[in-house]
Amino acid sequence: MGGVTLDAATARRWLELLGDELSARAEELTRLDAAIGDADHGTNMARGFRAVREKALAQDHPDVSGLLKATGMALIGTVGGAAGPLYGTLFLRMSQATAGRDGGLALADVRDALRAGVQGVADRGKAQPGDKTMLDALLPAMEALDAAVEAGAATDGALRDAADAAQRGAEATVPLRARKGRASYLGERSIGHQDPGATSSAILLRSLAEAIAPEGGD
Amino acid sequence: MKKLINQVDDVVAEALRGMAAAHPDLIEINLGPDYVVRRGAPAPGRVALVSGGGSGHEPMHGGFVGLGMLAGACPGAVFTSPTPDQIYDCTKRVSGGAGVVHIVKNYTGDVLNFEMAAELAQADGIEVQAVVIDDDVAVQDSLYTAGRRGVGTTVLAEKIAGARAEEGGTLSEVADAVRKVNENGRSMGMALTSCTVPAAGKPTFELGDDEMEIGIGIHGEPGRERMALEPADRIVDRLLDAVLGDLPFSGGDRVLAFVNGMGGTPLIELYIAMRRVAEVLSERGLRLERSLVGSYITSLEMAGLSITMLRLDDELLRLWDAPVHTAALRWGV
Repeated sequence: MGGVTLDAATARRWLELLGDELSARAEELTRLDAAIGDADHGTNMARGFRAVREKALAQDHPDVSGLLKATGMALIGTVGGAAGPLYGTLFLRMSQATAGRDGGLALADVRDALRAGVQGVADRGKAQPGDKTMLDALLPAMEALDAAVEAGAATDGALRDAADAAQRGAEATVPLRARKGRASYLGERSIGHQDPGATSSAILLRSLAEAIAPEGGD
Repeated sequence: MKKLINQVDDVVAEALRGMAAAHPDLIEINLGPDYVVRRGAPAPGRVALVSGGGSGHEPMHGGFVGLGMLAGACPGAVFTSPTPDQIYDCTKRVSGGAGVVHIVKNYTGDVLNFEMAAELAQADGIEVQAVVIDDDVAVQDSLYTAGRRGVGTTVLAEKIAGARAEEGGTLSEVADAVRKVNENGRSMGMALTSCTVPAAGKPTFELGDDEMEIGIGIHGEPGRERMALEPADRIVDRLLDAVLGDLPFSGGDRVLAFVNGMGGTPLIELYIAMRRVAEVLSERGLRLERSLVGSYITSLEMAGLSITMLRLDDELLRLWDAPVHTAALRWGV
């Protein structure tokens, strides 16, 4: 619990894994978006994380905060849509929450940083739980992470719990009716489709768990 | 799907270069970040109007940059809102010291990106007023949605508020002109076919040969309902019922009728629709004062149309008639 969970090297690995995964699943995300949105979420996220690789990851960042800030700025400048400001805000708020912590973060600190990031998404997008948005993956992940931290769980288990909860949360958006974003224009017809933003949010948490505690590792 | 393009990634930048080559007397472009500004911007002491949104709606917005209309336009990727740094840069470039009005179509992405850009510009001491256009009556249940979308009224608001800025209106007067147009304008659209986003390579949705989609948005997002294809007059009646019933427009009102093609519908069909619009307006005792017929706010190669009705008063009529010289709209000069 007291050990370092996230430092500049693991944060870098997280962003690389996340970029790889978003690029590999770009078509799937775009397909989900085509069903209830405008068919560009996968393309936009892949483009954003190419910029993260070219801008944020190409520079040397001694601390987590600097890397997360560069990531947020790269996303804001390239993703567009609602996802650009929302994911950009998530990383910028995580950066603010980790400023001055150049020695690396313990699990509880990672939780606090993620909470700040998720709060940023909620502030910017003004969505409520159940609106069929990114928050429907992010909020269950935060609950799972809180419970794990409370119970004194090991880092790898805690982050996997969070990733699992995010994935279940994303899957649970299928029966929901969208109340925010472009999918909301469909009304009842948004029911029966998984939300693309919740899906990319679940990928974000899965990559974090994988970067810090690779399956079969530890 | 066949497209007249080179590389998918170059679509927006190459189209902007083409605009610059075609209209060097009207506009200048900037690439990285991408935007179009009126030639010679900024105009000192004038309020500047900036709009933007995803590409794929041409001629909106870049085609409306010029005398009596927009000072700047920020095109995003196809159907994707522009980014805050892009809007911020464009805002700085056109700011003539009298403030900048952002005309934002009500889509979550556009609203969030313009919001962040306005915060950045305000931090630099540029006064920004943003007005959101939300005129699409196809979206009914606004408590449970992101609110009505911004569609055809945007074009009319850019023309009218642009004229207000051109004649020396203050920041709040120009922003009020946008609000007034938004309050008095209502629209609804329909599609006969889907559109294909270049990066996606296949149609966004499937629509049978015998089907149409009523209440379509401008990004290939599905509409209010899908039904069997009908003759043009029935389609126009459906759209007009929804549009006229919403404001509501009433007998004696003076109106501007805007019959807009979605990109893949020929002008001959738009005129067939316009003929029916004029008939219905006359039946209902509405006075057709002005009209605009053509493809001005499009959805790539989607076939279909939208109808916008704007209730006019003397001020709106005067501003509509004022000179305009842009790539897509020109009169009085």
